[in-house]
Amino acid sequence: MIAFANLLERLVFTPGRNAKIALLRRYFATQPDPDRGIGLAAVTGALSFAAAKPGLIRELAATRTDPELFAWSYDYVGDLAETVALMWPERPVNAPPPRLADVVATLATEHKSDLPGIVAGWLDASDASVRLALLKLITGGLRVGVSARLAKVAVADLSEGRVRPDDVEEVWHGLAPPYAELFAWVEGRAPRPDPAQAPVFRPPMLAHPLEQADFAALDAADWRAEWKWDGIRVQLVATDGGARLYSRGADDISAAFPEIVQAIRFRGVLDGELLVVRDGVVAPFSDLQQRLNRKSVGARMLREFPVAVRLYDMLFEGAQDVRQLPFDARRARLEAWYAAARPARMDLSELIAFDSLEHLAALRDGARAAAIEGLMLKRADAPYVPGRPKGLWWKWKREPLTIDAVLMYAQRGHGKRGSFYSDYTFGLWRTGEHGADELVPVGKAYFGFTDAELAHLDRWVRNHTVARFGPVREVEKAFVLEVAFDAAQRSARHKSGVALRFPRIARLRPDKPAAEADRLETLMRLVENAPTTNA
Amino acid sequence: MPHPETWLKVTSAGLFCEPGGFFVDPPRAVDRAVVTHAHSDHARPGHRAVLASPETLALMRTRLGEGQAGLSQQPLGWGERLRVGEVDVWLEPAGHVLGSAQVAMEWRGSRAVVSGDYKRAADPTTPGFVPIPCDVFVTEATFALPVFRHPRPEAEIARLLESVDLFPERTHVVGCYSLGKCQRLVALLRQAGWERPIYLHGAHVALCETYAALGVDLGELRPATVAGKAALVGAIVLAPPSAIADRWARRLAEPVVCSASGWMRVRQRAKQGGIELPLVISDHADWDELNATLDEVGAPEVWVTHGREEALIHAAGQRGIRGRALRLLGYGDEEA
Repeated sequence: MIAFANLLERLVFTPGRNAKIALLRRYFATQPDPDRGIGLAAVTGALSFAAAKPGLIRELAATRTDPELFAWSYDYVGDLAETVALMWPERPVNAPPPRLADVVATLATEHKSDLPGIVAGWLDASDASVRLALLKLITGGLRVGVSARLAKVAVADLSEGRVRPDDVEEVWHGLAPPYAELFAWVEGRAPRPDPAQAPVFRPPMLAHPLEQADFAALDAADWRAEWKWDGIRVQLVATDGGARLYSRGADDISAAFPEIVQAIRFRGVLDGELLVVRDGVVAPFSDLQQRLNRKSVGARMLREFPVAVRLYDMLFEGAQDVRQLPFDARRARLEAWYAAARPARMDLSELIAFDSLEHLAALRDGARAAAIEGLMLKRADAPYVPGRPKGLWWKWKREPLTIDAVLMYAQRGHGKRGSFYSDYTFGLWRTGEHGADELVPVGKAYFGFTDAELAHLDRWVRNHTVARFGPVREVEKAFVLEVAFDAAQRSARHKSGVALRFPRIARLRPDKPAAEADRLETLMRLVENAPTTNA
Repeated sequence: MPHPETWLKVTSAGLFCEPGGFFVDPPRAVDRAVVTHAHSDHARPGHRAVLASPETLALMRTRLGEGQAGLSQQPLGWGERLRVGEVDVWLEPAGHVLGSAQVAMEWRGSRAVVSGDYKRAADPTTPGFVPIPCDVFVTEATFALPVFRHPRPEAEIARLLESVDLFPERTHVVGCYSLGKCQRLVALLRQAGWERPIYLHGAHVALCETYAALGVDLGELRPATVAGKAALVGAIVLAPPSAIADRWARRLAEPVVCSASGWMRVRQRAKQGGIELPLVISDHADWDELNATLDEVGAPEVWVTHGREEALIHAAGQRGIRGRALRLLGYGDEEA
């Protein structure tokens, strides 16, 4: 537990991705099984304990601390678990701190009524750092800023390059804590764990935004075009071991969309867009948002926000991996399969016929349906390559210009919005002085969202504040906002060197990892193409 | 026996010992001052006569300049009694920084002790706190909440060295105050076996030289300002808190920003400063030390100069010790 507590304490203060990977790597390299695997599960959010809740911590605090001193302390510290961890009265006990694996096993099995005594015993045997880790683990609020992906990168790093993060991804969902066979594999002590029939996630192929220079170089005959639908990217996986629906970030979202999982009556892996569709019409993204981030879903939600998947690619047909086939061949298989299977709640993403790129541009500009973001261009001969290969897939969004930016700061609004954090400063990634990625603020927006989105953002800001500067809160760099704007102009007055014209929050992207937000270079290229008035 | 409140008074110019005719740590220039230690919120410039430990006087001269550290300076060794007006005055170590003293005053059998800032943990750069039984104990309360319990400084130094080991290509820059914390960190690093040169921000150099002149061995120190980036790879640099995340830090190799302070105990405080490695190393008494000290000096009454007085007075009251908040302004501005 001491090593795990040290890890959490370092991670929570460490902004750099590479430093986080180094910390995780050292933890995995130095800790024994099964503790390190339990630690991996904890940081990737794979653990939760129904029996232990914040109320338990409050009760424990009440039994061991003076109520006035507790109130002053809580007021000062501002976080329940941290307050209790720091002020827990130390008494010398003849016991070592508990082992992480034992803590997790106990929390999962002991009866709720026995927990207060057990937890108090652990706290007595621990120092403040371990107490905090314990209490955060119990209440499920580790908040160390580590995505599941980052943890998998660190695990892969143990292999000295033999195992890539995407390789880990492809076995991950066939494994369970404490992941002993995974560590044995990356350390070269055992073969690759065979996910066998497990419905594992396959890293998706991603597109680059199409810019003017790229566009000019295209030959229309090489390319296929589809509408770019405004939903979320999903992967449907079905094997003899079961059916799953995954988000693009490898989260298993099956429980939130049971109607899709029920409609999977095939074997294979399909790539598509999850959309709310009513009577064949795709609803705006805000409707889909009603269904996101839910652990389960009720009958009313299922009825009012019916979802479907618009399929656009096939990775596996049955058990056969078809990712190496060219796009045209995969598409032919997808169409043939679809014609025969006619699965419920799924349709095919239409291929758009066009004679020339000019024709395509006109089609794009003419598309005004709210659920269409623009076009996807895919090379006819491209295999399905995980990650973001250059020059194979382009996303070509229609006007206005948009960027996916990371929320950095929030400020309270005025008047009716006085109680809301409604002014948002957002930033884009760039390579910093020392080669590490850093966020640079590029603008501020205070409209464009619905009331419900505002309430959501306000709550998120309050729960993820890392610093306060008067009325301004700095937040964890973990929330992606899609920002729409009319133009980008050069500006010497802005740190980023660019100013956005008329920026507004186009939508919230809680599904998108912050690391995948846009880069400043992407925005700067938009500047070069825009008329440079007011330079 | 007169109650100390009849002869030791809170005035707008600070704590005034009437029968002795002097102030203790006055916040503005006065005729006669007794100074507990050389931090700028306690040792102001421009007094006419200053009584303090020899080390405090030396540090005041370094910080304030010869002309500003008292027109007449009177050093007083540990435990030497001196008659000032009608009052017996003597100094005992407070353990806060080099030279830091508690001021003991006795008038007509009534004894008050002004502790200044103090700590109870061992510090290789300064003698340890000596409890003095008294009728009124005047204490600070900087960390007077039960959430403040400083871990062993050796364990915090071990965390720093472990990080240096994990990130050997980066510079570890530790934000710390130039008087006391800086030299204590150097001494702790030396105790932990760190024998390589330690690099200093320019603001830290003069006081380290004074420490060395006063007999505190700090090993080899080098100015960070003239060292190239390559020399600072894998190095430990000490700098004022204001410099660690500022332009000055650009000269460092991909710095791990650390901070050594009692405030680092609370995550929000560390995050506010953009600290990547918080080190809980304080020169003040923590909650347990404050309470243990009140019990040791056995004073029936405690006056609290500055800090979180309500919690300390509450806890003292539960043990039958009467507490009084002096609400002296201007203290606690410099360091922690």
